[in-house]
Amino acid sequence: MKKILFIEDEFTLQKSMGEFLEKAGFKIIQALDGEIGLNLAEKEKPDLILLDLILPKISGFEVLKRLKENKETKDIPVIILTNLEESTDVGKSLELGATTYLVKSDQSLDDVLERIKETLRE
Amino acid sequence: MSLSFKEIFEQFNFVSQAKKYNISLWQHPPFLFFIIGLIIIGTIILSYIIGTRYFPQEYVALGILLITAILFSINYIITNSFERLAEVNLMKSEFIDIISHQLRTPLANLKWTIDLALKEHDGDKKEDFFKIVQEQNEKMLKLVNDMVYTSRIEQGKWTFKKEEIDLKMIVEKIIQEFLAFAQSNNVKIKVDFEETLPKVFADSQKISHVVSNLLSNAIRYSKGRGEVIVKLSKTDNRIHCEIKDNGVGIPKQEKIYIFSKFFRGKNILKYRTEGMGLGLFISKSIIDASGGKIAFQSEEGKGSTFWFELPIAPE
Repeated sequence: MKKILFIEDEFTLQKSMGEFLEKAGFKIIQALDGEIGLNLAEKEKPDLILLDLILPKISGFEVLKRLKENKETKDIPVIILTNLEESTDVGKSLELGATTYLVKSDQSLDDVLERIKETLRE
Repeated sequence: MSLSFKEIFEQFNFVSQAKKYNISLWQHPPFLFFIIGLIIIGTIILSYIIGTRYFPQEYVALGILLITAILFSINYIITNSFERLAEVNLMKSEFIDIISHQLRTPLANLKWTIDLALKEHDGDKKEDFFKIVQEQNEKMLKLVNDMVYTSRIEQGKWTFKKEEIDLKMIVEKIIQEFLAFAQSNNVKIKVDFEETLPKVFADSQKISHVVSNLLSNAIRYSKGRGEVIVKLSKTDNRIHCEIKDNGVGIPKQEKIYIFSKFFRGKNILKYRTEGMGLGLFISKSIIDASGGKIAFQSEEGKGSTFWFELPIAPE
């Protein structure tokens, strides 16, 4: 079973997306802030990380940067799942090594699932 | 293209134009260009007079120097005004960014919750989904309301009732409403009310808005380390309401902006995702319009105290 780390501070989203992905057959590891997210990434070695950009304590950009700097976690694909959609945010994320950038309100749960499956196949 | 007299007059009505853009007359580019025009015409006439009457040369030089200096300073002010206008424009686009982000969060929540609810066949679980939908809906409503309030304040169209209100009752009621929220944030709310307090003269609904705003801020910014103290006391002819937290505090350089519209502290995106930076702007407008006073003290890392005072109702 593939493991997905979901770093998201909005509890409602964490719950709905989490439940949905579990039903789709993934193991979900939840992190409600950037710091916990980084620790869990190193400890649990997930197959994929879903990352929000606005997070308490450590911002999503910083999390992404540190994930990619760390030997242990740099090869884990990261999908950005956020409500920011400025082109600078998209550019910065991709530059830092994110695989895909998704705007939450534009995506249905099935869309997100599709992107996850695609990314895991690659 | 034909212009009516009224339209031509409008072109020269610099005072109302400047008012529209919320800048002073001396920052209004068309007015400044008009002045430059006048000075240039004046200079030409003056040179003509000088030329015909043979003034001593040093006076001519001095005059030209003086005029050049005036033209330079006016140009400097014009450049500055354009920068100011550009800044306002920038603030507007930043505002649209903030709004779209803030509205998107509950929208995404709604979208995914409805997605899930449609896939769910267990009837009992559907109720949970409805609760989430309701919560997110209220969040959006609050955002939109704040935007409407702000635009009413700006257009001077917000009307206030003047009624005798019991501030203590209002504050107690709002604290009740916030107990669950405070608990979920690990924050304790303590009260310190003077025994007998006279009534104040204000609009009860709007004052409630101020109290909930201050209390909600105090709880949100003291997350995980908190105690919030609400005090009510009487000074000479006013009632003093104080809400003190021991939360993240406000950095020195941000203090002057705290009541400005759309201002959100640099730290705030880091700590909290909610809000558009309208709450304190609206609160200040309400207290000012009620003949009261609102202010705060804060130290970064130690906490903030916000307080307001309202005039006591005449006997």
